[in-house]
Amino acid sequence: MSISLSAPAAKHVADFIAKRGKGLGVRLGVKTTGCSGLAYKIEFADAALPEDLVFESHGIKILVDPKSLPYIDGTELDYTREGMNEGFKFNNPNVKAECGCGESFTT
Amino acid sequence: MALLQIAEPGTFAAPHQHRLAVGIDLGTTNSLVASVKSGMSVVLNDEQGRSLLPSIVRYLPDGTTEVGYEAGKHAATDPKNTLVSVKRFMGRGRADIAHIETLPYDFVDAEGMVRIRTAAGIKSPVEVSAVILQALRLRAEASLGGELVGAVVTVPAYFDDAQRQATKDAARLAGLNVLRLLNEPTAAAIAYGLDNASEGIYAVFDLGGGTFDISILRLSKGVFEVLATGGDSALGGDDFDHRVFCWLIEQAHLKPLSAGDVRLLQVKAREAKEYLSSHGEAPVTVKLSSGEYVDLMLTTDIFTEITRTLVQKTLIPTRKALRDAGLAVTDVRGVVMVGGSTRMPQIQHAVADLFKQEPLNNLDPDKVVALGAAMQANLLAGNRTADEDWLLLDVVPLSLGLETMGGLVEKVIQRNSTLPIAQTQEFTTFKDGQTAMAIHVVQGERELVSDCRSLARFELRGIPPMVAGAARIRVTFQIDADGLLSVTASEQTSGCEAHIAVKPSYGLTDDEVATMLQAGFAHAGDDAFRRALREAQVEAQRLLEATHSALEDSAEILTPEERERIDRAIIRLEAVVPGDDRRAIDDAMQELSSATDEFAARRMNQSVQRALAGKKIDQVLP
Repeated sequence: MSISLSAPAAKHVADFIAKRGKGLGVRLGVKTTGCSGLAYKIEFADAALPEDLVFESHGIKILVDPKSLPYIDGTELDYTREGMNEGFKFNNPNVKAECGCGESFTT
Repeated sequence: MALLQIAEPGTFAAPHQHRLAVGIDLGTTNSLVASVKSGMSVVLNDEQGRSLLPSIVRYLPDGTTEVGYEAGKHAATDPKNTLVSVKRFMGRGRADIAHIETLPYDFVDAEGMVRIRTAAGIKSPVEVSAVILQALRLRAEASLGGELVGAVVTVPAYFDDAQRQATKDAARLAGLNVLRLLNEPTAAAIAYGLDNASEGIYAVFDLGGGTFDISILRLSKGVFEVLATGGDSALGGDDFDHRVFCWLIEQAHLKPLSAGDVRLLQVKAREAKEYLSSHGEAPVTVKLSSGEYVDLMLTTDIFTEITRTLVQKTLIPTRKALRDAGLAVTDVRGVVMVGGSTRMPQIQHAVADLFKQEPLNNLDPDKVVALGAAMQANLLAGNRTADEDWLLLDVVPLSLGLETMGGLVEKVIQRNSTLPIAQTQEFTTFKDGQTAMAIHVVQGERELVSDCRSLARFELRGIPPMVAGAARIRVTFQIDADGLLSVTASEQTSGCEAHIAVKPSYGLTDDEVATMLQAGFAHAGDDAFRRALREAQVEAQRLLEATHSALEDSAEILTPEERERIDRAIIRLEAVVPGDDRRAIDDAMQELSSATDEFAARRMNQSVQRALAGKKIDQVLP
């Protein structure tokens, strides 16, 4: 069981948290929604819940709720630039199909 | 796959429901667009990484436009069609524009707002602003990767109804959904207030390219309240440039200049001013079209001297705003500097002297308005979080009232009332048996109607005949959160009512906006068509040239019949290329290429044979 961040992703998470002024780390998860069934969720985490699984990568805490983990286990979160747009990207080995826009997926 | 941003806890939007919203600072000199990404307000850059978009639009004879830096390059060579600082003309008549005689444009008198004659036809300032806004919208959509739900567009606090309406029309024309018009100083306060979380009274001193605004704000418990606003809608960095420009002409004893030289000198004047902000002196060297040279040295002392009255002009409204708010300079906890012109040391010193403290400038004064507008847009788009639940109160910049007998103004809503607001006042008839009443809505601080700006006129009819003074007519003024006004008049005994949403006489009528929108759509089709045609023409030219050079090279391998067929196809294609029938060009190109297929194949063989002739096999194989 592991979730990790790429070095650029870790740097950006650290920058965003510093700028925001607070935050324990980043919370990754999935939601049952979207055109292909599941969608990624990425939020600032202010507090850990008792059931949370906590990973650490490049010094950044990654919080995942146990229900989400099977869908994203092994994921590396990356930060990339595509043209003028930049943001986070889930490199998730569990994905079988994505919707056209890539915002939601099935496993 | 889509790229994601980090959301605040509990606010992550479902897929396809990201509500992308931007803040736009539509400035006189430069414009910017910003958005909130991963909880941070950031200015969105163009492909070259530049944040500012110069507010310059150039119209070309074929109806296309250039915007920003690209347009700015032609400011000196094509001044009549390259429109700069057009924000000054928004909602303005010819008589309202300062220094109109020094502007190189071909102004056209029109009902209400001025129009400018360009190579692409007569344009209103609204259309020009829409070109700038559209460029920012496209930049934002490319940068955020989706369509925008809406935008907050900032306007100077001093803008009257006509100017606000003109700005809103421009945004609509650019395909933007305007969530709110926001006063620029209020946007700056949002950017500073939230980032620094400080409470107290603040002054926002905004000296942009063409407008000066001073606002006195109170920040408390996360609520922004604008206590007073003031300023000068015709004072800005451009005026400082103009002083330097006049100084150059005077010192160099120049005769009246061509439009191109005027623009060139204006650019040099601005560069000298900007250079001076970080250096003690600025050399100015210009070669005019007449061959004359201007070679002068602008020093800090000279600059301070020639701009002293302009600096003073910023302090008068500042003191007045403080008086309006009932405050002394010692009540002000901080002064926020906004606008590139506040980088001038002369301004920094004057402000520090007046408020007896160093002004705040830890955010980039060029970006602070756009950053605040983006935060507001993010909230209005519904991306609200628990600890960002703040409210925004704004004020009416100028009093609103009615014309009464004798050309006098009766004020209904006083200047600096907080928005949104509704105020009612009762009026009566002047003559016995009067059955109608003309209602003339005006804006301004003066007592005489002729000194105020006329916003709208309408009539209340069907008043039952009564003796003078018996009718009771209630007039309600209502201003929404955007600062736009509607007026209702009703007669109490009969219940007859008349209503007007103020379409300021300086703005555009709905018909005009509709026509422009349609023209915009019609043009989109035209543009696509024109592009396809141009591409076909270029391709045809390329094919013709290739064929001609091949014929020159090796015509001997063709039979006379083949040669004739090719020549016929060439003549046919050459005949249709200059026209605008793309299908005919395509067909003729098709014919020429099929006529030359065999020729091309033979030429290929010939050149291969030539290359191989007299060589052994192992010399040509690798």
